[in-house]
Amino acid sequence: MGNFIGKSVKRREDARFLRGAGRYTDDIKLPKMTQAAFVRSPYAHAKVLNIDISEAQKADGVVAIYTGQDGCGAYGVPCGWQVNFKNGDTMREPVHPLLAKDKIRHLGEAVAIVVAETLELARDAAELVEVDYEELPAVTDPKKAMEPSAPLVHEEWGDNAAFDWCIGNDRTEVEAALASAHHVTEMEYRNHRVAPNAMEPRSYIADYDINAGKWTLYTSTQNPHLIRLLLCAFVLGIPEHKVRVVSYDVGGGFGSKIYHYTEEALLTWISKEIGRPVKWTSDRSEAFLTDAHGRDHVVHSKMGFDKDGKIVAHLTDEYCAMGAYLSTFAPAVPTYLHGTLFQGVYTTPLIHLNVVAPFTHTVVVDAYRGAGRPEATYLLERIISKAAKEMKMDPADIRFKNFIPPFDGIDEPGYQTQVALQYDSGNYEGVLKRGLEMLGYEDFRKEQTKARKNGKLLGVGISTYIEGCGIAPSAVVGSLGARAGLFEVGHVRVQPTGKVQVFTGTHSHGQGHETVFAQFVADKLGIPMDDIEIEHGDTDQVAFGMGTYGSRSLAVGGSAIIKSVEKVLEKGAKIAAHKLEAAEKDLEYAEGKWTVKGTDKSISFGDVSLTAYVPHDYPEGLEPGLDFSSFYDPSNFTYPFGTHIAVVEVDKDTGKVDLQRFIACDDVGNVMNPMIVDGQIQGGVVQGVGQALLEEVVYDDSGQMITGSYMDYAMPRADDVPMIETDRTVTPCPHNPLGVKGAGEAGAIGSTPAVVNAVVDALSHLGVTDIQMPVTPQRVWKAMQN
Amino acid sequence: MQISLTINGKSHSNDIEPRMSLVHYLREVMDLTGTHVGCDTSGCGACTITLDGNAVKSCTLLAVQADGCEIMTIEGMANGEQMHPIQEAFKENHGLQCGFCTPGMVMTAVDILKSNPNPTEEEIRHGLEGNFCRCTGYHNIVKSIQQAAEQLNS
Repeated sequence: MGNFIGKSVKRREDARFLRGAGRYTDDIKLPKMTQAAFVRSPYAHAKVLNIDISEAQKADGVVAIYTGQDGCGAYGVPCGWQVNFKNGDTMREPVHPLLAKDKIRHLGEAVAIVVAETLELARDAAELVEVDYEELPAVTDPKKAMEPSAPLVHEEWGDNAAFDWCIGNDRTEVEAALASAHHVTEMEYRNHRVAPNAMEPRSYIADYDINAGKWTLYTSTQNPHLIRLLLCAFVLGIPEHKVRVVSYDVGGGFGSKIYHYTEEALLTWISKEIGRPVKWTSDRSEAFLTDAHGRDHVVHSKMGFDKDGKIVAHLTDEYCAMGAYLSTFAPAVPTYLHGTLFQGVYTTPLIHLNVVAPFTHTVVVDAYRGAGRPEATYLLERIISKAAKEMKMDPADIRFKNFIPPFDGIDEPGYQTQVALQYDSGNYEGVLKRGLEMLGYEDFRKEQTKARKNGKLLGVGISTYIEGCGIAPSAVVGSLGARAGLFEVGHVRVQPTGKVQVFTGTHSHGQGHETVFAQFVADKLGIPMDDIEIEHGDTDQVAFGMGTYGSRSLAVGGSAIIKSVEKVLEKGAKIAAHKLEAAEKDLEYAEGKWTVKGTDKSISFGDVSLTAYVPHDYPEGLEPGLDFSSFYDPSNFTYPFGTHIAVVEVDKDTGKVDLQRFIACDDVGNVMNPMIVDGQIQGGVVQGVGQALLEEVVYDDSGQMITGSYMDYAMPRADDVPMIETDRTVTPCPHNPLGVKGAGEAGAIGSTPAVVNAVVDALSHLGVTDIQMPVTPQRVWKAMQN
Repeated sequence: MQISLTINGKSHSNDIEPRMSLVHYLREVMDLTGTHVGCDTSGCGACTITLDGNAVKSCTLLAVQADGCEIMTIEGMANGEQMHPIQEAFKENHGLQCGFCTPGMVMTAVDILKSNPNPTEEEIRHGLEGNFCRCTGYHNIVKSIQQAAEQLNS
């Protein structure tokens, strides 16, 4: 531990946010800027018979109107991950048009865009666009979408499957083991659809500079370089070096701002057509209809046990909705980010998962905080708790019995799973022991028994999760279908005065990179944090990067920065040796200076920096300057893990669930800033609790969304949740220089099944064995009556 | 229509469209972009300001309704370099992550502490129920307001 690493340093980004001086995209106003409004389909599935823009064109302030008949982005927005059918057939990949041409495939799909002098005038004119539709039957449920009679989302393939994929051991072997198992626990449920709901709606401004022949796109994205690459190489065919993508402050992402959306490509195209900047900011209704959703798996699962409660086999079949098109990373979510975590923290010897991924007449589904791992965790942690009840075992005991034993990944090798991955390091029993201690598990069980006698419904739910973060190396993810590398870039530029600029290809939209990255760079260089600036979110400043998702910023992005810091110190040592007239091997570096060992002869980091840029008395043959960029491609994923425990009381009259305590004991490897890690966990936990208790996107059978506003979609509010009790164990990641694993998604991964387990536990003596999320008072009350 | 009002202690007079919302007026006409728009149904609270001392959601008021009123936005909270104790408490307690809901949270906290200088945790949570935060899980926002209360009472 240095001066800053491991300390709860307060965030340097806070001052601007607290003063109302953040720079979110919608805050930017450019000279001569126009505003856009969309005409969106009121149907989920329809033929577009005619679009009449003649009245709208005459409206005040209209600059331009475009429909799908105009030549914008004929190739549509691409998908970035290919998952093929298990028989080897290629994934079905429809064109995802920027504006619908003759067919509507989901509610809210854009059919026209109106550009006007002001937002009000754009909206007024959009009202005057007349569209004739012929409504068609729709399918929104992923399992129903695979029925032979289901309406087709894309006619060309004869059924709705985008792919049909499997992972794990041979299916017949797993089925045989289940057939001879002592006990089999079965579950059927829907891991329902949720909306990410970053508080800042998506916002884009495109600005074409006719003199420079250059575009600038201001966008609320989690990965500016990736957007530039997709926009240039796939959608518009414009030169990458002529496009600058800027993403300053972004008001939350949670996955939903990873993807390259049609609107940002369309605006970029329009800015050149009209020769003026154009802005569009989603309103919340549009966000519900057009931001990529999360989850939506229909699950049927069987887990077999021997007489001692050891898992012998696990077989699951899922239908996982893709939505109307394939979003940027959508195919990876229910496959390589999901099936690969089916080992969980258990020694299950035989595992098989089959995933059918159908198109549905809904907005796309893609990665949402946790992306595939919350769905895997929900399944494993619910089914093992259900099995414990059925086998009359304690839910903690059944877990202890099945845990993979502790391993550090250095002296003990990584753990090879049945589903492709090799875990880096772990101590799963350690976090459960600590979690139970934090709760006072035995005392709670006594209290629960007493409460039941008094007619009170108390329950406790345990979840012991593992997840995979910082997915890499590029060659491996490439072999799994990724169409991009998953390395990161870290650039360290030392100025002549010894001040340091660090450029990262990751992006902060709440995670606090400006603080945390400066903490470890300051420690490694032995200089004050104030001498270090962290730059991100501008492709003209940062050479390249893959952005922030999958809890990768520190594990991958931080490691790239460390590589560059090491290069700075290596070159600095050569300069120092020359200046001190000593051999490099006789120098040591500490607290911002090189010292000749055993003497008081030293030279500071600042003096070496100045020498690098004023190279008069300088090592022969050495280039001037102190400026290094590095690409870091990790050797493996990282695997954070933890135990989450929920305590609930169910109101016996109304069925309302009161979350009384939530305990999170997580292991995210080494911790740079405990305050920020705790904040990430607390926020993630409440998102997971939201899915368990409150949130659900509901489409009716015709594809209308009946939860399209905050009046209908129940987000967790401050009075829905208690304080979140956090603690940690530390099992360092053995394969990256900081020993970190990532903390961004853990909260949302572990929490959901803990809450539902607690509700089922509270009602178990009434014969309740399962309950569909979200666990609303109505569902609970019905379950109690049955 | 002509409106005259006081924003963060300064008088302003503007000719505006009657249909312009107050938040739109603050952001587009006055360039006070610290007040944010997170929804269109008064559900999220990102646009919360104080109007004559009471927290209101500026997305569901018309600017003309604020004629003659005194408005405080997030930009008016600090005294020059010196942040308000509520702002300080949010920083001290990591009461914000992405920062988008933060101005609304701070302005709501002003209202909570004005009407109840010593709120319990439950009262703070109840007072915040009109404001969404998707990042923090509310834990550190509640702590921030608890600390601000102590600070303001000392």
